[in-house]
Amino acid sequence: MNQNSRGKLNQVFASIKTEAERRFQEMKGHNTQNIFIGMATCGLASGAMEVKAAFEQALLERKLNAHIIPVGCLGHCYAEPLVIVDKPGFPPILYHDVTPGKARLLVKAFLEEGDPVFEHVLGALEESDTIPSVLEFPRFNQEKKVVMANSGLIDPEDIYQYIQKGGYSALVKALTLEPEKIIKEIQESGLRGRGGAGFLTGIKWQLVRNAKEKDRIIICNADEGDPGAYMDRALLESNPHLLIEGIAIAAYAVGAETAIIYVRAEYPLAGKRMKNAIGQSRQIGLLGKGILGTDFDLDVAVFQGSGAFVCGEETALIESIQGKRGMPQPRPPYPSQRGLWGKPTVVNNVKSMASVPPIVGNGAQWYRGIGTEKSSGTAIFSVVGNIIHAGLVEIPMGVTLRTLIFEICGGIPNQKKFKAVQIGGPSGGCLPESSLDIPIDFDSLTEAGAMMGSGGMVVMDEDACMVDVARYFLDFTQKESCGKCTFCRIGTKHLLDILERIARGEGRNGDIELLENLSLDINGGSLCGLGKTAPNPVLTTVKYFRDEYEAHVREKRCPAMMCRALTAYYIDLDTCSRGCDACVGSCPTESIFTTKNRKKAIDQSSCVKCGECMSACPPEYDAVRKVSPPELAPKIERPEDG
Amino acid sequence: MVKLVVDNKEIESEEGITVLQACLDNEIYIPNLCYLKEMDNPPGSCRLCFVEIDGSRQPITSCTVKVKEGMVVKTNTDHVRRLQRAAFELLLSVHHIDCRNCPANRKCELQRIAKFLKFGLKPKRLEQLEREVKTEQDHPCLEYVPNRCILCGRCVFVCRKESGQAMISFAKRGLDTVISFFGEEDKPRATCKECYACTRVCPVSAILVKNSHCQ
Repeated sequence: MNQNSRGKLNQVFASIKTEAERRFQEMKGHNTQNIFIGMATCGLASGAMEVKAAFEQALLERKLNAHIIPVGCLGHCYAEPLVIVDKPGFPPILYHDVTPGKARLLVKAFLEEGDPVFEHVLGALEESDTIPSVLEFPRFNQEKKVVMANSGLIDPEDIYQYIQKGGYSALVKALTLEPEKIIKEIQESGLRGRGGAGFLTGIKWQLVRNAKEKDRIIICNADEGDPGAYMDRALLESNPHLLIEGIAIAAYAVGAETAIIYVRAEYPLAGKRMKNAIGQSRQIGLLGKGILGTDFDLDVAVFQGSGAFVCGEETALIESIQGKRGMPQPRPPYPSQRGLWGKPTVVNNVKSMASVPPIVGNGAQWYRGIGTEKSSGTAIFSVVGNIIHAGLVEIPMGVTLRTLIFEICGGIPNQKKFKAVQIGGPSGGCLPESSLDIPIDFDSLTEAGAMMGSGGMVVMDEDACMVDVARYFLDFTQKESCGKCTFCRIGTKHLLDILERIARGEGRNGDIELLENLSLDINGGSLCGLGKTAPNPVLTTVKYFRDEYEAHVREKRCPAMMCRALTAYYIDLDTCSRGCDACVGSCPTESIFTTKNRKKAIDQSSCVKCGECMSACPPEYDAVRKVSPPELAPKIERPEDG
Repeated sequence: MVKLVVDNKEIESEEGITVLQACLDNEIYIPNLCYLKEMDNPPGSCRLCFVEIDGSRQPITSCTVKVKEGMVVKTNTDHVRRLQRAAFELLLSVHHIDCRNCPANRKCELQRIAKFLKFGLKPKRLEQLEREVKTEQDHPCLEYVPNRCILCGRCVFVCRKESGQAMISFAKRGLDTVISFFGEEDKPRATCKECYACTRVCPVSAILVKNSHCQ
C-alpha cells in the first residue's frame, strides 16, 4: 500500500472514530448516569428483561435521568442478572443477582439518594477508596481477558461503542501491511485453533494464501454443540464486532472476498446480533466494496446451522452449507485445499478468529507473553456442574486445573468432595483428583487423555457415578452420530448398550475389557474426529475409575449410589418417629406403609427410588437411608391390613 | 504408469487412481463395501479397506489415498486385520443373518469378506442389535430391507450418477440411519427412471425390484 492510500485509509477511519467519540461523550457527558444491564441469553434467562423494565419504570416514577444500556455477558453466570451502575462521583459498581425489587431500590437509594447499597454490591470495576474492587476476588484478578475484554461492557448492537474501545483499529493496521506480514505475525504468535484440535492458525492461513485458486473463502465455525459449553454464544451475543474484525483481517491476509459465519440454529439471539453487526459494519464502510477506501472487498454472511452436532466438524459443516446432508468427508483433501464449493477455505473457530484483532493490534510477542511456550494466549472455559462460581472464565494457558476450579471458580458447593472434571465435551475425558495439578494447555490435556476441546468443563462432586457419566456422553454421541461410518454408527451404540447393562447391574465378566477394546477400535477406525474421540469418556473413566466399574460389574454396587437399579432406600426404625407421616405423603407410588409399632417402612417391590422420602423426612429424625447394593436394605413385610 | 510394492510384491498401476483400485486391478483383494470404481471421491464410510502405507503409524483407508511411485503398501498386518475384523463384526451385529432365504446368498459381499477374514457370520463378543425400522414400501418399484442394509451408500451414489438427481438418500441419524426414497408413492409423478442401477450395485441385496410387473 502506498503512502497516499495509507493516508486516505487513516483519514476515513479517523472520521469514524471521531463520530464514536462524539457519541460516547454524549452518553457519558457530565452528570449522566448509566445503567448497564447484562442481556445476553444467560442474563435474559435469569430475568434481565424484567430488571430492565423495573429500572425504566422506577426512573420514570422518580423523574430521574439515566441511560439504560443493554450489554452482553461478563461471564459470571452464578451472579446473573448483573448490572453495572455508573454514577458520577462513584466508580462503576457491579451488582449481582439483581431482581426488579433491587432495581427499584438502586434507583431510589443510589441514583436518587447517593447510597450505593453495599449489601448488594459485588464490587467496583475500578480501584477506589470507597468501594472494594472486584479485582480483590480471584475470579477477577486471576483471569486474563483478551477475547472477552469488552464483553459485558459494551452494547453489542452499537458498533460505535466497540470502535470507541479501540475496535477495528487492528483491521486498519492490518490493511496497511502486506498480507504475508500478517500471516507471519499470526504464525509467530503461536495461535492454535480453539475449536479443539489445536492446529496452528497461521499455517492454515498460509496454505490457503498459497493456493493457486484465487477465489478463496473464510468460514467461522460457530456451531458450538458440546453439552454445557457456551463460550461462542456468549461472544457472539456480547461482542460480535470483534469477530467481524478478526474475520476481515483473516480474509485480507489470505485473499478472500467471501466469509461465512456458521451459527448454530439453537442460537437465535447470537444470529440476530451477528446479522445486525454485519449490517452496521457495512453501513459505515467497514465491510462491503472498497473497505475504508482501500481496494479490499469483503462480504460476510450468517449461515444458520442445520441442527446437527456433527456439523461442527469442518467437512460436515461445508457439506451442510452446500445444501447436502451434514456428513464428514475423508481428509485429505483438507478444506484449505478443496473446501466450500471446491475452493480453498479457511475454517476457524470463533475464539481463534476473535483472538486475531488483539494479536494484530498488540503484536505477536505480546501474545506469546501470555500462556505457555507451546500453547500461547488464553483459554476460555465454560465451567459448569458442581461448582460455586459457574460461568465463563478466560485464563492464560498453563494455569492448573486446581487453580481454575478451587481458586478462580470457588470450589465445590455444599461441603462435598471433588471427584472428577470432564473437559472437552463428548470428545473429552474425565480427569480425577490426581490430575488436578496438570497445567491447562493443548498438549498436557491430551496427554492426560482429555482434550482442550472447544472449552466445555463440567465439574463433578462425590455424588457423580463415573459409569453414569460415560453413559451420558455416549448416549449423546450415539444419537448425534451422522450414521455414515461403521465404527461411529454401530460402535458407539454397542458402547452405550454395555454401559447401560453395567448400570443396570447386568454387567458381565469381561465387559470392562470389551469396553476398552471396542473403544480403541472406534478410535483407530472412525472416519472423522467425532467418531475418533467419542470413546474418550469411556477410556478415561475406565482408566481413572476402574474400581467403580468393577464394583458395578462384580458386586452389583454403585459406589456413588446413583445407578437406580443398584440402590435402595429404607427407613431406619431406630430414628423414625412414631406418628410422623412426612414421608408417606411425599411418595408418588404409595410405597410407604406403617409397621406394627407405628413406624414407617418402604415396600421395595413398588418403590421407584425417587428419593422424595429422603427429602421429606424431617432433619431431626433423618431416618431415610440409601444403600447400594439394594440387598442391604432390610426387608420388612407390609402388614396384611395396611 | 506407477510402480508400487504391495505385500512385498511389485505391482504396476495407472496414475491417479486409489491404492484400493490399484490393488484390485492386480488381483490383490482388500475387503471393501462402499467403494465403486467410478467414484471420484470415495466416501470412505465402510471402514474395511485399511492398509498400512510406508510404515504409517495408523492404518488408513486405501480408497482415500492415491498411488504414488515407490509406495510401500501392506494389506495384511495385525493392526489392519484387527480394524477390519472390528468393523466387519460391527456391521454383522446389525445385519439380519438369514442367508438361506436371502436373495444375495452366495453372491453376498459379506459372505465373501467373512471367508477372506476367516470370521464367522455370528458375532461372538457383541450382542445383536435390534433396530426398529419398518421395511420401506413407499417406492412403486423398489423394495428396501433395512435390516439387511449395511449403509454403504453405493445406491445413493449410483442413483445420482445415472439419473442426475438425488432420488435415494440417507435419512435419520445414528443407528437409525436408513436409505430413503422420498415422496415416490405416487407412481405417475415418480421421477425414478426405473434403471435399477441401485439394485445392481447393492452388495447385500437390500434394495430389490419389487415385483415382476416392474420389470
